[in-house]
Amino acid sequence: MSRKIRVLLAKPGLDGHDRGVKVIARALRDAGMEVIYTGIRQTPEQIANAAIQEGVDIVGLSCLSGAHNHLFSKVTQILKEKGAEDIPVMGGGIIPGEDISILKKAGIREIFQPGTSTEEIIKYIAETVRLS
Amino acid sequence: MGKNMREEQERWEKTTLNKVLTKAKEREPVFKTTSQIEMKRLYTPVDVDDMDYCCDLGFPGEYPFTRGVQPTMYRGRFWTMRQYAGFATAEETNKRYKYLLDQGQTGLSVAFDLPTQIGYDSDHSLAEGEVGKVGVAIDTLKDMEILFDGIPLDKVSTSMTINSTAVILLAMYIAVAEKQGVKAEVLQGTIQNDILKEYAARGTYIFPPLPSMRIITDIFAYCKDHIPRWNTISISGYHIREAGSSAVQELAFTLADGIAYVEAAMQAGLDVDSFASRLSFFFNSHNNFLEEIAKFRAARRLWAKIMKERFKAKRDESCMLRFHTQTAGCTLTAQQPDNNVVRVAFQALAAVLGGTQSLHTNSRDEAFALPSEDSVRIALRTQQIIAYESGVADIVDPLGGSCALEDLTNEIEKKAMEYIEKIDSMGGAIKAIEAGYIQQEIGESAYQYQKEIEAKKRIVVGVNQFQMEEEPLQDILRISPEVERYQREKLSKIKKERDQGKVKEVLSALEKTAKGTDNLVPPILEAVKAYATLGEISDTLREVLGEYRES
Repeated sequence: MSRKIRVLLAKPGLDGHDRGVKVIARALRDAGMEVIYTGIRQTPEQIANAAIQEGVDIVGLSCLSGAHNHLFSKVTQILKEKGAEDIPVMGGGIIPGEDISILKKAGIREIFQPGTSTEEIIKYIAETVRLS
Repeated sequence: MGKNMREEQERWEKTTLNKVLTKAKEREPVFKTTSQIEMKRLYTPVDVDDMDYCCDLGFPGEYPFTRGVQPTMYRGRFWTMRQYAGFATAEETNKRYKYLLDQGQTGLSVAFDLPTQIGYDSDHSLAEGEVGKVGVAIDTLKDMEILFDGIPLDKVSTSMTINSTAVILLAMYIAVAEKQGVKAEVLQGTIQNDILKEYAARGTYIFPPLPSMRIITDIFAYCKDHIPRWNTISISGYHIREAGSSAVQELAFTLADGIAYVEAAMQAGLDVDSFASRLSFFFNSHNNFLEEIAKFRAARRLWAKIMKERFKAKRDESCMLRFHTQTAGCTLTAQQPDNNVVRVAFQALAAVLGGTQSLHTNSRDEAFALPSEDSVRIALRTQQIIAYESGVADIVDPLGGSCALEDLTNEIEKKAMEYIEKIDSMGGAIKAIEAGYIQQEIGESAYQYQKEIEAKKRIVVGVNQFQMEEEPLQDILRISPEVERYQREKLSKIKKERDQGKVKEVLSALEKTAKGTDNLVPPILEAVKAYATLGEISDTLREVLGEYRES
């Protein structure tokens, strides 16, 4: 029997909008994944440490406050400093299209904008974790 | 109700209706609102035949206020058109306010950035990346002076979306008014000051529930004596709905929070009629047009009964539920964003037909970023078109008496009351939040809503049907990272220039008050006047009152 995919979902920064991340956490669990959700107001350091300590296969970041460029990039930067850049990081929230290339350059593998279905995210995780 | 009506309806069902139903099925087996209330095919007087017109509806401006809080409603004056705005620095936001006032907006509504809302100065490490993003950054009284520069505070009313640090921003507002030569007793406005929904749905809490309730009741007590025209709280369902609740849950959880505030104030020794008329409410206007109108009307009637029957309020004003409305941000789509203009128009119309006192209409581009000036103008024009062109403002509660609407109003009130009773049995809203009950209920509804969209049981135009290829939206408002640097420099300059001895003195006086039981507003007012920073004041309170952690 194959082991479950382990996902860390996190909310970096001060944003308290957690409807989306909670819906995704539940959808991933319903799809058979193991989900660790950090809760709101996490620093990038706390998130990177949790990802490493929990040995997750992928990290999902959610931010609706507009601070995504700074905060998401900080998470990938710290993962890299700790030699854990092989853990893929994806993100979502209120993120304008023109920021997607900035975020991808900073090492975030994929950005999901509003209107994305949980099915798409589940499919993306399954494919990404299998490939990496 | 004549027997004939019932018989006539039965005849119609057996003949005319049945003939069609045997040939063609309806679109759905059952039609339901967001709150799982079944909507019938047709409503007739039979559905509301146990309604007592005088008791259940009454007249506008009279208990139970189902038809509105004023006798003439919008025939006297339109609702206040109040666009929530704030971004980057006080300097830039001040310009936006002047633009909005020039465009015919009739009240201000301040959006603060997250560090300001959570009690961190712009130079705090946790503020990195967040300064000026979701609202304006305010570190000291200096920023508030700039924010309202050239705006006479005796002429405008100002609403501030601020909760755990509401007392600090209110103190700054009083201090700015004083500098403008405006006395506190003439100030008009609202602070959100609703901490319970922060634990349940929005997340900008600092202190644990009990000390938070103390700050709130201190504000009630201070305002009734010093700023009698100020709305001391805006008990908010908006964010509960945005977090995913149904209309009934929004109403029930909001009024349950309201009950907790009234109880806390009465326990603190305040007479119910001395503060209740300054309580205000804030609701969401979502997609289901009739359900929303019914929700607003049910809210007024239910709150009136709670105040009179449960809290024995004697004044009519204490029983009057006055509310602000914002259209539902969560219904805005990133796909085909111009469609959002239409969504907002219907939601705004529902709020007006529901008798709102003030209204914010969302902008079409808010699924991407804060709104551009063009988008905000269209949103404001939407309100002006409803007010000046549609004619709906010329009749008080024009849909009142509609069998469908009255039945929905009754159903929503009944179901909301069931939730309130359940919360009462858990020991009240604070206990229900601490037990995670309210959060779970909201989360469950949010998940079902998403599943319905994905199963196409709920159609979102442009998202799961009627999609098309489109170009990315242009001209999105960007907040430059320079804002953070500029704000930090401004803060460091003020910190150097102020009287350090005085700051130390006011902060230690605040600490002493926080440790005791005296009212916290006067020492905070002294602290802001000495240019103590928002972060310093919050830290002083954190030390004494502690910090809340989500379980």
